[in-house]
Amino acid sequence: MSAKATVEWVTKRADEIEKILARYPQKKSAIMPLLYLAQEERGYIADEDLEAIGEIVGVTKAYAESVVSFYSLYHRKPVGKYVITVCSNITCGLFGAADLVKYLEQKLGIKVGETTEDGLITLLTTGECIAACDAAPAIQVNLEYCNSVTPERADAIIAAIREGKTPEQIADEFGGCSLRPTAGFVRKAPAVNESEPKETEQADG
Amino acid sequence: MGFEPVLTKGIGSVDLVDIENYESLGGYQALRKALKQMTPEEVHQEVKDSGLRGRGGAGFPTGVKWGFLPDDGRPRYLCCNADESEPATFNNRLLIEYNPHLLIEGILISAYAIKSTQSFIYLRGEFKRGYDILMRAIEQARAKGYLGKNILGTDFSQEITVHRAAGAYICGEETGLLSSLEGGRGEPRLKPPFPAVSGLYGMPTIVNNVETLANVPPIIERGASWYRTLGTEKSPGTKIYSVSGMVERPGNYELPLGVTMREILELAGGVRNGRKLKAFQPGGASAPILLPEHLDVPLDFESAAEAGSMLGTAGVVVFDETVCLIKTAKYYADFFAHESCGQCTPCREGTAWIKRIIDRFEAGQGTKQDLEILAGLKRTMQGATICLLADAATFFVLSVLEHFPEEFEAHMNGKGCPMDLPVEEVQTA
Repeated sequence: MSAKATVEWVTKRADEIEKILARYPQKKSAIMPLLYLAQEERGYIADEDLEAIGEIVGVTKAYAESVVSFYSLYHRKPVGKYVITVCSNITCGLFGAADLVKYLEQKLGIKVGETTEDGLITLLTTGECIAACDAAPAIQVNLEYCNSVTPERADAIIAAIREGKTPEQIADEFGGCSLRPTAGFVRKAPAVNESEPKETEQADG
Repeated sequence: MGFEPVLTKGIGSVDLVDIENYESLGGYQALRKALKQMTPEEVHQEVKDSGLRGRGGAGFPTGVKWGFLPDDGRPRYLCCNADESEPATFNNRLLIEYNPHLLIEGILISAYAIKSTQSFIYLRGEFKRGYDILMRAIEQARAKGYLGKNILGTDFSQEITVHRAAGAYICGEETGLLSSLEGGRGEPRLKPPFPAVSGLYGMPTIVNNVETLANVPPIIERGASWYRTLGTEKSPGTKIYSVSGMVERPGNYELPLGVTMREILELAGGVRNGRKLKAFQPGGASAPILLPEHLDVPLDFESAAEAGSMLGTAGVVVFDETVCLIKTAKYYADFFAHESCGQCTPCREGTAWIKRIIDRFEAGQGTKQDLEILAGLKRTMQGATICLLADAATFFVLSVLEHFPEEFEAHMNGKGCPMDLPVEEVQTA
């Protein structure tokens, strides 16, 4: 029997799959959104999902596997209901991301890559900067932002998770992206002229 | 009268995610003007005249890029590059989450100008909130007749498909983006052919960054000559500088292009805890470092390049005297080694070599031979690959080696990092 027929979400979300396919001039482009759909349904992407998606868009399972393995946000094994990802790139790193990871490991009683016994929380780190460098160290909870995560805020975030708050609600409280006021800014430096950078270059060497 | 923000106007005082609020500040008037009073050619000309340059990092003139599309009757596509993932950059995220209609309006006007068949927003997977916001904004725009079939009663129709990426830095490279959008691994392609000639599905395609497209509505609304009153002659307009690292007030700052690091630092409250500036990167992880002597270099495309770095994404990272640049190099080395797509040997192997060597220095175990290998990166990695990731992976390391050789030497002591200091207290935005 074809995988399309046996994978439950393919039947359950048939209308949505049609809509996704209709958004693209070529079916193959729908692989990534369909992978997300599978992950939403199952929590991760199983081999049979790859087979089913391959059938839907007209590629082999091996091809689908080659695609899914290229990207870091697809899970190939079960994860917790909440996935905490700690940014470990430059600014978060300088502001203590490694200590935060240690703190979370201790608090949750798991190592990076593991899930709490109750299946609630998975702890991950990412080397990709998550674009929250104005509030380091930053984390994401199911891809929603939490800023300036001190141990106290980490405690509060985990408490919110245990209370059953949604990632969106948690980010409303702990997230956001900053814009600093610049209206009325007046340049104090002399007007830019072409020779300035050249002088600097000469001074350099 | 001082500076007036253009792209971030209203953010913080009004909820611009709501289309009614966006309209009340004059939103979608530029689209109306373009569609009702201008031909696509006139819109294109206005953008060309404005001198707008690509904000994704390369600074290529947008109007010139649009002009590369062959007029051969094939379908054309507009792709908005919203895969913002250059480390230390968070300005696109601001626009997407807080001013989504400006981006949508910019896409629609640009799509009209280049006669696009369909538009795509290739959105970073981590921007889950941005995805929800854009999807809602697109439906609001559709309900108002700004998007879909026969927009505002004209012959112009356009759909915008938001495509969620899934965590791969290289997809921010425009041809990697196209490979990914076609349903594949996000591997960059050789250029030429450039996307304008053979892009998405082999069709003529324009890929423009979020901030680039967000500049288009104000240009159409107020005209190229007004636009040129902002910024510098060769780098007109404003730029959202994302400032982070060791400053008192990190965050996004929209400023005229060509402001200096000294001015940015002053706005950002200076170096953290009154410490001394050691070095800074003007344009994300890929940019070579600049020094305190470069505080007065205008941070525009050509001046940053002339000073030996690049404006890039304007992700400004500040390092003070307490920051170990070897440790910093380690974050970047880990990152580039992880994000190399592996197609090209010099990049796949080279980024791994850099990582191993920097790891050795970080452990105080660097050797003379390591230094020689690093010094040879210019020859072994730069210009040797399909895309610029390999080059980018070398820039920071090489600039540290050039300006702070003593820091490498201090990490050859056989012991640990000589600069290990207590971790910085958490930032508050």
